[in-house]
Amino acid sequence: MNIEKIANAIDANVVVNSDAEIERFYVGDFLSRVMGSAPSDSCWLTVMNNVNVAGVAVLAEIKIIVLCEGVMPLLDLKSRCEMENIALLTTRMSVFEASVKLGNL
Amino acid sequence: MEDCIKLHYVVDGQDFVSCGRASEDVKRTLKSLGISSQVIRKVAIAMYEGEVNMVIHADGGIADVGIYADRIEIVLSDKGKGIADIEKAMQEGYSTATEEIRELGFGAGMGLPNMKKYTDDMTIESELNVGTTITMRVNIV
Repeated sequence: MNIEKIANAIDANVVVNSDAEIERFYVGDFLSRVMGSAPSDSCWLTVMNNVNVAGVAVLAEIKIIVLCEGVMPLLDLKSRCEMENIALLTTRMSVFEASVKLGNL
Repeated sequence: MEDCIKLHYVVDGQDFVSCGRASEDVKRTLKSLGISSQVIRKVAIAMYEGEVNMVIHADGGIADVGIYADRIEIVLSDKGKGIADIEKAMQEGYSTATEEIRELGFGAGMGLPNMKKYTDDMTIESELNVGTTITMRVNIV
């Protein structure tokens, strides 16, 4: 599934785009949990907003980050995502709401 | 002597922004050597957790990585306050990180357990108020 499809499903704003195609999702805020459990080539839904979020995505090979609940990305997170070719989306939906929408795709 | 690529990093204890850069560099190096992605992921996760620990608890430290034909060895050493109870520290969910650190998404008490989980061997040597050295090995299969 591509970014356009994900963005449409959860009414998301695409802050950093990419041509990533993913099949799996992961939800979580504690970075160690995410790093230990998120599948490679996945889309990660979170409310965490700092540059380490991009660092974790790089190491766990997460391709798309979705910041939920209206969280606006900090500038250093955005630039790090651009640098690492990781897509960054924002949505006003809660993590739960967005997960339900994406799970039904 | 056994052939080996050695990598050496100084992990800055004051800098959460650059935290993880050593792990990412190791990851890039392993990728360029054609190491399998499963092995790379294990090394990257274990080393990142170690880096984060050194920044949170020890004001930084040193990371040495040796890449051999059959394994990758990672040695993380710091001059921090040491681990008072290693058994407790190895329990999932146990953390002494501050609220400030938790707000950044760290301090879930999964650092050492993740390092153990993703490596084939891990030893911890720690002395209170002297420092900690963690040696990890990931086999290349």
